[in-house]
Amino acid sequence: MNIVIIDYGSGNLRSVAKSFERAARAIDCDSKVLVTSDADAVADADRIILPGVGAFADCLDGLKSVTGMEEALQESVIDKGRPFLGICVGMQLMATLGREHMDTMGLNWLSAEVVPIKSKDINIKVPHMGWNNLVISKPAHPILSNLPPDAHGYFVHSYAMRCHAPEDVIAEVDYSGRITAAVGRDNMVGTQFHPEKSQATGLKLIQNFIMWSP
Amino acid sequence: MLKNRIIPCLDVDGGRVVKGVNFVDLIDAGDPVEQAQVYDAEGADEICFLDITASSENRSIIFDIVGQTAEKCFMPLTVGGGVREIEDVRKLLLAGADKVSINTAAVHDSELVSKAAKKFGSQCIVIAIDAKAVSDKKFEVFTHGGREPTGIDAIEWAMRVADCGAGEILLTSMDRDGTKQGFDIPLTRAVADAVTIPVIASGGVGNLDHMVQGITEGHASAVLAASIFHFGTYTIGETKAHMARAGIPIRLGDQPALGEVSRIRHHV
Repeated sequence: MNIVIIDYGSGNLRSVAKSFERAARAIDCDSKVLVTSDADAVADADRIILPGVGAFADCLDGLKSVTGMEEALQESVIDKGRPFLGICVGMQLMATLGREHMDTMGLNWLSAEVVPIKSKDINIKVPHMGWNNLVISKPAHPILSNLPPDAHGYFVHSYAMRCHAPEDVIAEVDYSGRITAAVGRDNMVGTQFHPEKSQATGLKLIQNFIMWSP
Repeated sequence: MLKNRIIPCLDVDGGRVVKGVNFVDLIDAGDPVEQAQVYDAEGADEICFLDITASSENRSIIFDIVGQTAEKCFMPLTVGGGVREIEDVRKLLLAGADKVSINTAAVHDSELVSKAAKKFGSQCIVIAIDAKAVSDKKFEVFTHGGREPTGIDAIEWAMRVADCGAGEILLTSMDRDGTKQGFDIPLTRAVADAVTIPVIASGGVGNLDHMVQGITEGHASAVLAASIFHFGTYTIGETKAHMARAGIPIRLGDQPALGEVSRIRHHV
C-alpha cells in the first residue's frame, strides 16, 4: 500500500510519517509511507494524507504553489475515490470557505466554512489547546470505531470548521459550545485534532484509516 | 470538555537530563529520550524539553534528541532554550518539535514573536516568561536563565506577547523554581487572568497539592513540573489521579499503549 503524505511546506511531517509507519507495523500492513510534494505520487497513492499547520490562506497558497497538486488531489480523491485524511488545517482546507484573516476559497469538497473560535469568557482560552474528549456520532464512522474508552484527541487551533450538512460531522468536542472534531463524507475524512499526537487514540484512528475501504 | 494538562519538563544539558535548584547545582537525571518515553507511557499530556546547554558546539545535540523523541512518542512536544532567531524555530520544528518556546530573544526583540507567529502559526509559538516578585503584586521579567533583570513588568509583557500572536505562555517563578514550595500563585493568577491564551504554570512544585493549586488558585491551563517526576517522587498517573480527585478535569481513560515502551520503565 502506498501511503502518501503531502508536503507543501506546512509544518513538520516527520511525526505524521512516523505515526503512520508505527500504525501500519502494528497491524502488519505491508506499506510504504512517502512524504512528497510530487503530484504524480499523489495520483498513484492508495491513501492520501493532507496535514497542515498555520493559517488557512497560507496553507492553501502553499498547496496551490506545488505544480499539479490540486489536479492530482482532484483526480485521486474525487475521481478515483481514494481514501483521504486531512489533519488540522488539512481538514479545514476541505471546506468551501476559510474566514481566517480574510475570506479564502477552500477545496470546496464539503459545504462548510472555517470561522474563529470566539471566547466570551477569560476561562475559555484561544487557541483551543490540549486534550478534549471526542463525542462520536452514532453509528461511529469506521475511522472512529473501537477507539479506547473515553477517547481524547490533542487539539491546537483558533479556528473551527462549521459544516452546513450535519451528517458530515462524525465527532465533536465541547469547548464552550460544540466544535467539529472530525468530518467524513464518502472516501474523505478529516480530523481537527492531531492523530499523530494523540497517543493510543490517534494510532488506533490511523490504523482504522489504513484499513478503511470506503 | 478540554482537560487541564500535566507537563513533565526535562532540562537538557549536553544531551543529558539535569535539574537544578534555582537554576544552579545540576544533578544528572538520565537520558532524555528514554525519560520522555516513560512519561509518554504513563500518559503525560505533553512533554517539554528545555535546552540549557551553554556551549554553542553542543547546541546541535538537542535536535537529535528531539528527532529521536518525535519518532517514538506520539504526543505533543515543546522545546525551548537558546532560541534566538526564526531559523532556530524552524530547525526545532523540522526536528520534530510541535511547539517552540522563546524566552530571552523575545524580550530583546518583541518583533520576533509576531514574525514567528506569522511564519509558523500562533499554535507553535510559546513565550517563556521567567518572573520574580519585586514588591507586593509586582513582578519583573528576568532573562538569561534568571540572571538578568529587564525592568519589564511580567503581566504587561504577557499581554504584549499575546497581542503579538503567541499561542501560549510558559510562566516560571524564579523565586519558586527548585524550592518545592509550590507555584507563585499570585503571579500565576495575575498572568492567567490577564490574557486570553493558555498559561502553563511552572516553578516550585514539591507535592501534588501544588499541582492542584496551580489550576484552581492560579487559573493556569496546564501545570509543569520537573524534579517530582524525574526523581520518582510521583508518577504521572498518581498526579493525574490526585488532580482528578480534587475535581480538576483530567484525561484519564485512554492509556497510551501499542507496546515498545513498557520495558523502558525498568532501567530508568
